[in-house]
Amino acid sequence: MSQLAPVFEQARSEGRAALIGYLPAGFPTVSGSKDMLRAMVESGCDIIEVGLPFSDPVMDGPTIQVAAEQALRSGFRVRDLFDVVSSVASAGGRAVVMTYWNPVLRYGVDAFARDLAAAGGLGLITPDLVPDEAADWMAASDAHGLDRIFLVAPSSTEERIDLTASSSRGFLYATSVMGVTGARDVVSSAAPELVRRVREHTSIPVGVGLGVRSGAQAAELAAFADGVIVGSAFVTAAGEGEHAVRALTSELAQGVRSAVTPA
Amino acid sequence: MPEALIAAVDELAAEYEKARVDPAFLDEFARLLKDYAGRPSLLTEAPKFGEHAGGARIFLKREDLNHTGSHKINNVLGQALLTKRMGKQRVIAETGAGQHGVATATACALLGLDCVIYMGEVDTERQALNVARMKLLGAEVIPVKTGSRTLKDAINEALRDWVANVDGTHYLLGTAAGPHPFPLLVRDFHRVIGIEAREQILAKAERLPDAVVACVGGGSNAIGIFHGFIDDPSVRLVGVEPGGDGLDSGRHGATLTAGTPGSLHGAMSYVMQDEDGQITEAHSISAGLDYPGVGPEHSHLKDIGRAEYFPVTDAEAMDAFALLARTEGIIPAIESAHALAGAIKLGQSLGSEALLLVNLSGRGDKDMGTAVEWFGFDKTGETS
Repeated sequence: MSQLAPVFEQARSEGRAALIGYLPAGFPTVSGSKDMLRAMVESGCDIIEVGLPFSDPVMDGPTIQVAAEQALRSGFRVRDLFDVVSSVASAGGRAVVMTYWNPVLRYGVDAFARDLAAAGGLGLITPDLVPDEAADWMAASDAHGLDRIFLVAPSSTEERIDLTASSSRGFLYATSVMGVTGARDVVSSAAPELVRRVREHTSIPVGVGLGVRSGAQAAELAAFADGVIVGSAFVTAAGEGEHAVRALTSELAQGVRSAVTPA
Repeated sequence: MPEALIAAVDELAAEYEKARVDPAFLDEFARLLKDYAGRPSLLTEAPKFGEHAGGARIFLKREDLNHTGSHKINNVLGQALLTKRMGKQRVIAETGAGQHGVATATACALLGLDCVIYMGEVDTERQALNVARMKLLGAEVIPVKTGSRTLKDAINEALRDWVANVDGTHYLLGTAAGPHPFPLLVRDFHRVIGIEAREQILAKAERLPDAVVACVGGGSNAIGIFHGFIDDPSVRLVGVEPGGDGLDSGRHGATLTAGTPGSLHGAMSYVMQDEDGQITEAHSISAGLDYPGVGPEHSHLKDIGRAEYFPVTDAEAMDAFALLARTEGIIPAIESAHALAGAIKLGQSLGSEALLLVNLSGRGDKDMGTAVEWFGFDKTGETS
């Protein structure tokens, strides 16, 4: 049973999309990231993606790269991640972790799952792990009751969408563009088409991410997605301070409640 | 491996499966290797150098004499032909020392493809002449300013470009690493090195060598020459890794000797990482060996005991670099000087009966700036 399912059920009953916000643990510092993430929970993020800073974030654009580098330079350690997750959970937030695979591999897949679950984490988003190569993670997530969120892209074939959807639990992460993370001015036209294709294969909730930074964009995505995922814009806001994070969360939370059909 | 790139690597794998059995493709590749790259490359005996290696008989496979000055041309011609077959017009590549970037820019000029090269900012400074060569050949060179600003970060940036432009772009990976099918096709395009060398050494020495020695960063030249001898159990396959300031210093790039299993750039292999799984910086005087991962086939050969790997330090490599120049009149790439330093150690332990084949993977013209600094030529105005 998915731990995140109730979040999407509630959002659906309210006729809106869920707001999913990302921030790397340890950015700008470990305690600073706890404050920012708590602000995101309090201001309306339904799900929190806690990022694990990694030395080689190949799927991330400059904003998140720089944040990860800063976190690592400030001495961030993997054990700090569980502390941050635990802090989100005690603030009443629902936390999943977004991480590249090598740190999990190094920690030990089962140990990582165990410690994440113990910290109150609900699942894992794995941008560079595909289900075909995830046997250990499938077993560990089942053993520790965690959701597993795999990604689909506009380039994914029907066969791969099917495999990815059937392997995921909680929600499916649809990357709206072919590209790396980073705020963009215009929501991709590929997103509605990808979500439409995904829905032919599954009834699992679909979160759409990459490039969202404004309430208006969130409203556009909320017209067809179950969740709106925002990352780089939160990182930028966190650089400005807690007030900016609260303001952005409120704007986006308003956006996911004002679904509009794109012109 | 990110899902967004699965379609592209699947397409590449499918195209290569067709190409590798297509006589038209193989003929065109063979023709370019002969008429453009200048193959077969020579096999040169190095007797005076051998005197410093325990008197062992040493033969050098002269990949330095290929067009563009290294073995890299083999792989880029193969992949550029594949790019044309896939109907793609744009090629991107990473480069460390600049050898692969220059080779890629060359193949793109030859075949009329657009070319963008990602190069760590540190390396653009170390290898300014190669940057100029790439630009002259019509390539755009993008300095990478993130992370350690060396080869691994250039690969990260090339992957980011690829995921955004995958429809019309081929990522021409330069080493036998990364996701399938890259290790396979890079190896296959370099197999010619080992095939030629085996015939040549049998003709000249009338027996198989006791060991084949090559430098290993990502491992492309080594896997190419090793493959000619992989079914000859009497032949030791010896990979020489960049030991930097020495393993104890922590400043090195000896992935197979001192690394641990991990996942980097879409391959499961040995990597250099800290206890949190963060990839650590590799250090080597040679930009081309400065990679904290290694091709998965080398990891396999190590694990099954078919190949052996050990490091030599910057100082040992630079001694061998100067020694080959003075004894044989050949200036090797600093990458290849690691193989030479390894051969000296091997020859000294095996003695004068030994027959060693060393892959001289590239020429050293590009390394003159480093040599001037290392040997202090700028200070004394004469050789030390």
